[in-house]
Amino acid sequence: MDAFILQILNGLDKGSAYALIALGLTLIFGTLGVVNFAHGALFMIGAFCSVTLSKLLNLSYEVVDPTKKDFLGRPLVEKHTYIESWFGPETGAAIIDWSVPLAILFSIPIMIGIGFVMERGLIKHFYKRPHADQILVTFGLAIVLQEIVKYFYGANPIPTPAPAAFTGSFDFGTMLGFDPNTVIYPYWRLVYFSFAALIIGAVFAFLQFTTFGMVVRAGMADRETVGLLGINIDKRFTIMFGLAAAVAGLAGVMYAPINSPNYHMGMDFLVLSFVVVVVGGMGSLPGAVAAGFLLGILESFASMNEIKSLIPGIDQIIIYLVAIIILLTRPRGLMGRKGVMED
Amino acid sequence: MSNTKLTRRGVLKSGAVAGAGVALPTIFTASSAAAFTNEPTGPSVTLGFNVPQTGPYADEGADELRAFQLAVEHLNGGGDGGMLGTFSSKALKGNGILGKEVKFVTGDTQTKSDAARASAKSMIEKDGAIMISGGSSSGVAVAVQGLCQEAGIIFMAGLTHSNDTTGKDKKANGFRHFFNAYMSGAALAPVLSKLYGNDRRAYHLTADYTWGWTQQASIAAATEALGWQTVNNVLTPLAQTDFSSYIAPVLNSGADVLVLNHYGGNMVNSLTNAVQFGLRDKQVNGKNFEIVVPLYSELMAKGAGANIKGIVGSQNWDWKLQDEGTKAFVQSFGTKYGFPPSQAAQTCYAQTILYADAVERAGSFNPCAVAEALEGFEFDGLGNGKTLYRKDDHQCFKDVLVVRGAMTPESEFHLVEIVEVTPTEQVTYAPDHPMFAGGALGTCNPGA
Amino acid sequence: MLGLNKKDATLLLLVAILALCAPFILNPFPEGSALAQFNAGYPDLMQRFVIFGIFAIGFNILFGLTGYLSFGHAAFLGVGSYSAVWMFKLLSMNVIPAIILSMIVSGLFAVVIGFVSLRRSGIYFSILTLAFAQMSFNLAYSVLTPITNGETGLQLTLNDPRILGESATADGSIPVTNLFGLEMRSTFQMDVGAWLFQFNVGYYLCAFIMLLAFYLSLRIFRSPFGMMLRAVKSNQQRMRYTGLNPRPYTLAAFVISGMYAGLAGGLMASMDPLAGAERMQWTASGEVVLMTILGGAGTLIGPVLGAGFIKYFENIFSKINDNVLHGWFSFMPDGLEDFVVGIVHPFIGKGWHLTLGILFMLVVIFLPGGLVEGGQRIARALRKDKSDDKSNAKSNPAE
Repeated sequence: MDAFILQILNGLDKGSAYALIALGLTLIFGTLGVVNFAHGALFMIGAFCSVTLSKLLNLSYEVVDPTKKDFLGRPLVEKHTYIESWFGPETGAAIIDWSVPLAILFSIPIMIGIGFVMERGLIKHFYKRPHADQILVTFGLAIVLQEIVKYFYGANPIPTPAPAAFTGSFDFGTMLGFDPNTVIYPYWRLVYFSFAALIIGAVFAFLQFTTFGMVVRAGMADRETVGLLGINIDKRFTIMFGLAAAVAGLAGVMYAPINSPNYHMGMDFLVLSFVVVVVGGMGSLPGAVAAGFLLGILESFASMNEIKSLIPGIDQIIIYLVAIIILLTRPRGLMGRKGVMED
Repeated sequence: MSNTKLTRRGVLKSGAVAGAGVALPTIFTASSAAAFTNEPTGPSVTLGFNVPQTGPYADEGADELRAFQLAVEHLNGGGDGGMLGTFSSKALKGNGILGKEVKFVTGDTQTKSDAARASAKSMIEKDGAIMISGGSSSGVAVAVQGLCQEAGIIFMAGLTHSNDTTGKDKKANGFRHFFNAYMSGAALAPVLSKLYGNDRRAYHLTADYTWGWTQQASIAAATEALGWQTVNNVLTPLAQTDFSSYIAPVLNSGADVLVLNHYGGNMVNSLTNAVQFGLRDKQVNGKNFEIVVPLYSELMAKGAGANIKGIVGSQNWDWKLQDEGTKAFVQSFGTKYGFPPSQAAQTCYAQTILYADAVERAGSFNPCAVAEALEGFEFDGLGNGKTLYRKDDHQCFKDVLVVRGAMTPESEFHLVEIVEVTPTEQVTYAPDHPMFAGGALGTCNPGA
Repeated sequence: MLGLNKKDATLLLLVAILALCAPFILNPFPEGSALAQFNAGYPDLMQRFVIFGIFAIGFNILFGLTGYLSFGHAAFLGVGSYSAVWMFKLLSMNVIPAIILSMIVSGLFAVVIGFVSLRRSGIYFSILTLAFAQMSFNLAYSVLTPITNGETGLQLTLNDPRILGESATADGSIPVTNLFGLEMRSTFQMDVGAWLFQFNVGYYLCAFIMLLAFYLSLRIFRSPFGMMLRAVKSNQQRMRYTGLNPRPYTLAAFVISGMYAGLAGGLMASMDPLAGAERMQWTASGEVVLMTILGGAGTLIGPVLGAGFIKYFENIFSKINDNVLHGWFSFMPDGLEDFVVGIVHPFIGKGWHLTLGILFMLVVIFLPGGLVEGGQRIARALRKDKSDDKSNAKSNPAE
């Protein structure tokens, strides 16, 4: 039972990352009709916003300390961060410690900016082009973006720890009447899950309860008619692209402490998130979120030893197997509409 | 459209030349003219350095490349000579190899056996490379080693840790300086027993491919000999990025040690996740819960950040060793590049020097002569102390380092501290050890 | 000629000439010159050009004609390679049985995967094929290691049975792949002045098979069957209303293109007897999609051009390092040399992905029809110049 609960928690946690990325992909696809293979790269750039901010906060000046030696026997050059010298060691250290949550603020303008530039500079010209062209150009863009990140940050993963306050785990077991230390879960992963839930809720509320959202939903349903009504749909779509980029970016920012970011993490998530989107049903926002959590949970269950001993290697293929089964039983995924991307 | 343009011009040009060439056709088959593949005839000799330049191991590949460049510089008499000065064999004189200037070509393995073979083939067929070295994974090393055997080229393996490279898949033309999974186990076991006692229950997470399996088998065998129990061995998919669902069951398995048979990105993530789940702060069976990472790499230690503190593992070499060879190498590498070399860099440097020295001693570039010079060769001064290139399987036998993530790093380069230098005798095994059985060196192939 | 109209026959002839003369065409720069770095006329790369050409031609029969975008085609290439290597291990080193088996096995795989995947269309079809391919890759890398040898890739060993051949040659090495005794790796070298041309047996076998494959695809494109496939692409609904069931046609196209992929895999293994699991990864499937679209989907010659383009970058640009750069620009003053090398540096060697990504984008943005469209534009521009003299030269670009 305790193992079961743990895997549900794991599934929700993984699922929230899948759902956030899939949500952004679906927003772009549903509103703009563009298949964006660079979406994983946006997630990666979000994670690197965390890295960049922590590097900026760690900017330092050098002091030569002649009493100590470096590895070549030369006088040691010690580094002192500007932050600590401006705010005093304690406040400075606290600011550096909290660099990942601070990166949320830092990343939003950056991601929206990148989204605007991408849409205006490139994607705009591909609205009328076949999906294959969209895939190719955004795939090219994804490669370019990740190679640029690699050029500046290297190929190695870069550790980006969460604030010290979030280290350690929360003991669910005692709450539910298990022995202590049996069902524990890391604080930061709980934060990630809550954060994802918050963002997903915010996006849905935005689309549901604002006039802007209403127009966008109308545009998703029937773009031409909305255009005929004299509404400038293009401008709104640009904003939507920026929003989707920001969602992917935020998913990346908060993901950085869970796994050290590296330049190809976007590609690692890309295929998976497309499977999630399609399983959810092309163009369906609730479908994308539901499929994200579903696949996350199933993936976690498949990695349990009991199940692996029953079917060896099941954890290697579970996502794809589920995708095949769902697509064969429900032709348009969980909540897809007829006629979207079927020709 | 550059392709066609190039093509059309090419047609015109080569058409004209071919017309002239028919008059004096010097057509010959490769097999009749030269004594062995790519026999160097000009004033220079070309070595091929095949390292990952794209993909997750690109940084490791870049460090290997730096070491290769340094080695070539030293072979040609440039720089401060590095380990040439401390190397026990004095055959190399700093005038290239056999008086020929050393040149090199580079390629990208992409850490894929296919791409690595394509790149190695282009070095052999197009650039006339006489030796191939480098690589950062066992799959690539075994694949390229097989290719070099077929082509009649010497392969000096770079970073490859699987037992198979000099076990099941060993080849007469292939040589490995790096240590292997069996040695890791043999070196780690006594230290683990000293640190954590002989009554431990170990839980293994293992990357689900050949290297992971051989490493897991080696470590399990070595620790079980101490009296440890292996509670479970769970295989994890290579493409896994989030290990939470594999780590979570460890909590309640009754195990008090977690062994992570992972490398590279897998290792960074699984270790980070394990620390996130608070495994290291736990008490199980009245003991502190411990994590062991049998194969360490500096770059991965860097990627895992503070999570690496106090975690025990093994290494082929470390720049903090105090022998003359290491000091000379760190000095010349550090002066040139501004940071200390990694173990991948050291093994690649050593392999290049060893190859050049073997050619010099054999007096020929013929792979069979070189192989003979390397087989059973004993040397010192390349950073690992006294070392033997064993004739039976072309594996180097030398000391193995047991290291631990530095608790209080003195500088950004100080990632690990050396716990113990395990002497050669302790990690030596019989050539017919069951973990290495199932293959044969075959005969040396000079190609041609 | 051969049941082709004049235009197609010319195209086939052109491809044949290009393939035959490739060792000359691809080696335009003299040995030892600075530009020799750009020579691609060595056996391994030439083999890769034509093998991936076959792969892309086959992919184009499915994607170019029916519009079904398979994202898992590399699985068939991988399956083909594995079958071929197993044939070398068990039967003999002759490439013919290996190639035949690889086509049969990949054909069977294609029947199964195609039968299931073709129940859906559009992106749902793409994801189904992707899922099958990724499952094959993941399993081949791990659980199926006894069959595939996992990470290392399936290789020949000295103690393979090889019923109709020998386990090991007299001097104790693994025998090499051959065609009735003619070794695939044997190469004739021709020195012409400063040039060195290499004529490799394996390459010519691949080129010959590529020509057959190209001819077959020409015939398919021009046949009533090809017309049916185009009908599937343009309007399946209408096709159904006229009483035709599109499923058998698409399945046939899927299987044919799967067998092309298997053939390519079998040839790859015949040239270099190793089969690695990463041949089946989604990136490999993506690569053939890129080749086809880059060259020009739906055109006959486009996929071959695209394949050549990508393989050229992968093999040539990745090998340019700073040393080579300094060699090229050594004529410049020191400061300027370092500056130029610094500018070019991010795009070569370990940066070859960046160059490739930029080129993808440029081609897609400016040449929607791929490289073929670029060729047509150039041809049109040339013709325009001529048409000043000869009035009304009819522009009829080759497909």
